[in-house]
Amino acid sequence: MFKVKIYISLKKGVADPQGTTIKSALKSLGYQGIGKVRMGKYMQVELNIKDKKEVKEEVEDMCKKLLVNPVIEDYDYEVEEEK
Amino acid sequence: MRFGVVIFPGSNCDYDCYYVIKEVMGQDVSFIWHKEENLKGYDCIVLPGGFSYGDYLRTGAIARFSPVMRGIEKFAQGGGLVIGICNGFQILLEASILPGAMRKNESLHFICRFVYVRVENNDTPFTRIFKKGQVLKIPIAHFEGNYYADSQTLKKLKEDNRIVFRYCDKDGRILSEANPNGSVEAIAGICNEEGNVLGMMPHPERASEAILGSEDGRGIWESIIEL
Repeated sequence: MFKVKIYISLKKGVADPQGTTIKSALKSLGYQGIGKVRMGKYMQVELNIKDKKEVKEEVEDMCKKLLVNPVIEDYDYEVEEEK
Repeated sequence: MRFGVVIFPGSNCDYDCYYVIKEVMGQDVSFIWHKEENLKGYDCIVLPGGFSYGDYLRTGAIARFSPVMRGIEKFAQGGGLVIGICNGFQILLEASILPGAMRKNESLHFICRFVYVRVENNDTPFTRIFKKGQVLKIPIAHFEGNYYADSQTLKKLKEDNRIVFRYCDKDGRILSEANPNGSVEAIAGICNEEGNVLGMMPHPERASEAILGSEDGRGIWESIIEL
């Protein structure tokens, strides 16, 4: 069993109104020195597959087909083995 | 002219479209459940607005895998007319039948109000009765209508004259104040290369009778029917 953590973020250059709003909220709370804030998505997927290589192939496929919109989003993921 | 209005789980403008096509325009129309793949016998398919699959993951992201979408792809390739309104537009984008993607509105508000759009291309089956540059008053109702396409795609859209509607003020001027959601190039609607698939965020079915505040949306149905 593997646990996959998938991180989805807006591509560089794609305007992110949520990130901008969060940034101004942080600033108005008095936090100093805040640079860019980008809002993304985080998913956990458990996969009952034995081979780690196969897990990666499967996750790549899922991301490309459904989880990510390649026009505006990038993705990254980590695979952890669950004992 | 035979219309089909697709119903996804979560569609909510399906009955409005059905009503306008049948009662206001007097055309033959039936509902198509999203599990149906066979679209034989239809002339125009409407993908209505709403919240298909609860807008989960991304708007339209799950609906695009409904069996009806395979049928629509074939139907469109065969020259059939497809109009995606609001969520229907979002589904066409997710299915890559039209290029680009929707982001959340710049203001982060759900916006439901009348806007003005300018007819940029009246050489489509959906806009043929309008004059180029004509200003239409049609409402929008969306949270994710902030259209995005990369610069290459935008260049191609412009070269091919595929931007069909742009947000404008009541005099037809393209101003940032008149852009309700932050869409690039103030894009409110685009079509495919062949011109037989249109995606638009404004709701023509909500502006097809004077009692609702505008009849400007009627022209879209009239354009389709006159073919």
